[in-house]
Amino acid sequence: MSTTKETALDKLDRRAGLDGRSTGAQRLPGTLRLGLVRGGVELLQFVRERDSVVFGFAYPILMLAIFSSVFGDDDPIVANGVPVSFAQYFLPGMVATGIMLSTYQTLALSIAVERDDGTLKRLRATPLPATSYFLGKVFLSLVTVLAQTALLLAVAALVFDVPLPDDVGHWVTFAWVFVLGTAAGAVCGVAYSSVPRSGRSASAVVVTPVLVLQFTSGVFFPVTELPGWMLDLSSLFPLKWIAQGMRSVFLPDAFAAAEPAGSWQHGATAAVLAAWLVVALVVGARTFRWRRHDDG
Amino acid sequence: MQTSDPLAVRVRGLRKRYGSTRAGFKNAVAGLDLDVAHGEIVAVLGPNGAGKTTTVEILEGFRDRDDGEVAVLGEDPRHAGRDWRARIGVVMQDSRDMSELTVLEKVRAAAASYPDARDPAEVIAAVGLAEKAKARTRGLSGGQRRRLDVALGIVGRPELLFLDEPTTGFDPQARRSFWDLVTALRDDGTTILLTTHYLDEAAQLADRVVVVRDGVVVASSTPETLGGREARTPVVGWDDGGVRRTERTDRPTAAVARLIASAGPDGEVPGLSVTRPTLEDVYLSLIGETSTTDVDGVDDSTRKAA
Repeated sequence: MSTTKETALDKLDRRAGLDGRSTGAQRLPGTLRLGLVRGGVELLQFVRERDSVVFGFAYPILMLAIFSSVFGDDDPIVANGVPVSFAQYFLPGMVATGIMLSTYQTLALSIAVERDDGTLKRLRATPLPATSYFLGKVFLSLVTVLAQTALLLAVAALVFDVPLPDDVGHWVTFAWVFVLGTAAGAVCGVAYSSVPRSGRSASAVVVTPVLVLQFTSGVFFPVTELPGWMLDLSSLFPLKWIAQGMRSVFLPDAFAAAEPAGSWQHGATAAVLAAWLVVALVVGARTFRWRRHDDG
Repeated sequence: MQTSDPLAVRVRGLRKRYGSTRAGFKNAVAGLDLDVAHGEIVAVLGPNGAGKTTTVEILEGFRDRDDGEVAVLGEDPRHAGRDWRARIGVVMQDSRDMSELTVLEKVRAAAASYPDARDPAEVIAAVGLAEKAKARTRGLSGGQRRRLDVALGIVGRPELLFLDEPTTGFDPQARRSFWDLVTALRDDGTTILLTTHYLDEAAQLADRVVVVRDGVVVASSTPETLGGREARTPVVGWDDGGVRRTERTDRPTAAVARLIASAGPDGEVPGLSVTRPTLEDVYLSLIGETSTTDVDGVDDSTRKAA
């Protein structure tokens, strides 16, 4: 072993060049370029972690497939005399859930674990800008949420014959709800990553809120079936609004009457998601820690 | 960038306390002075809780200080930016990285952050992980992970390298080749600040040893002269009717001759020993632990066992 090492170090020395150490001669790599490097690292890491792929990425697609297969033969769901299949009714909720899982849940979990195992502190000791680290995280969220949503829509359309919108207006709505929801979910994930006290408790602390919100935000059954106070509480969180926005895209307009407000409330949706985006950004920037709670 | 400042690290009157008014304060660092010259290897020794890691983490820019002057590569770590970070390398304690990335991928990603990085494959070979380059970090043994930490610490071609207990968990052979690596880095011009529990490691590597106790430096010198001449005075020991006696003297031969003269008819002195305090003995006496060769030491069973 020692011979390998010495030749390797000889090489290191030779690489250093004639004037020895060329420190400072070259410029630091750019923040954006390093963000892409981090994005590559994150993506590689993600696809190799099989459990995260199954439980985060495939979950909404599996749920859509299971529920649509089980309830597919039941009576269609009707609002204002307009019927839709169960798969079509279920799709917007799963798109919304997918956005929350790929942004909030993935980011909060991975940052909490990386803080706990010292990865964050280690990165802090290098010239990597914090911005590049977060760019890498956001890059991963963006890639997974795009792939996940595309797959979800493909399965819905091809396997369960869900009609997708064929006009620009609905896709514009889809685009802004998707972008705003993704952005709000991502910053919420970064901000929430400071809540778990350890990496071991992280999955319970991070996953439970999304799980509960799925039941109270109209993802599995209509919000009109909820007690009033539960609906009011859920209305404080982004998932309800992302799901509602997605219903406005994938359900016929007749279904607007079935919403608690009797309309799609696009203005309120945009306002709530934007408020979460701003608040989480401020809170996240103020509370973000490179080190564990117990580490000074 | 060997600036006009001859010191890589200059610390004066460093203070850091932890705690709160409610729970009371503890001085982790209590007026510590430290100099490290360019190209020097300095080992910081001290018991757990002496303030070693706190001091090193302040120098690395991880922790704020309460008082004192700190200059690392001419800059205050508190306000130092990316340029400064590119010139230091940090190998921390406690590596629990469960990454699914391979060794090569990790080192490559780290190298990307530096303006003048070493070749990742060569660095991996230099720390003795060449066969593991394609292995996932998760599957590495403790010692291999430690070597990966070292690789990540030196890939940016640092001018100043911090090694916090780098060989914990190494087998003797791995430790030996790690020492060769550190020596080679020094020959390459790297300044190294090392904390360690292993006295032999400090003796082997360090140009200078700094002993820290209760947040202050209690001794600083070359490993050979630590504690001064006095501390290295040989100790003659013998059994006197079941009681262990020791005597510190510059003339051990004379002491032994005297013992023989006063011994019984067979001239046998029971349990006779002449020992020169090791670095470990000197260190233990400096940090206030009872050294086994202290003048008033009674029991040397631990020494025999060691």
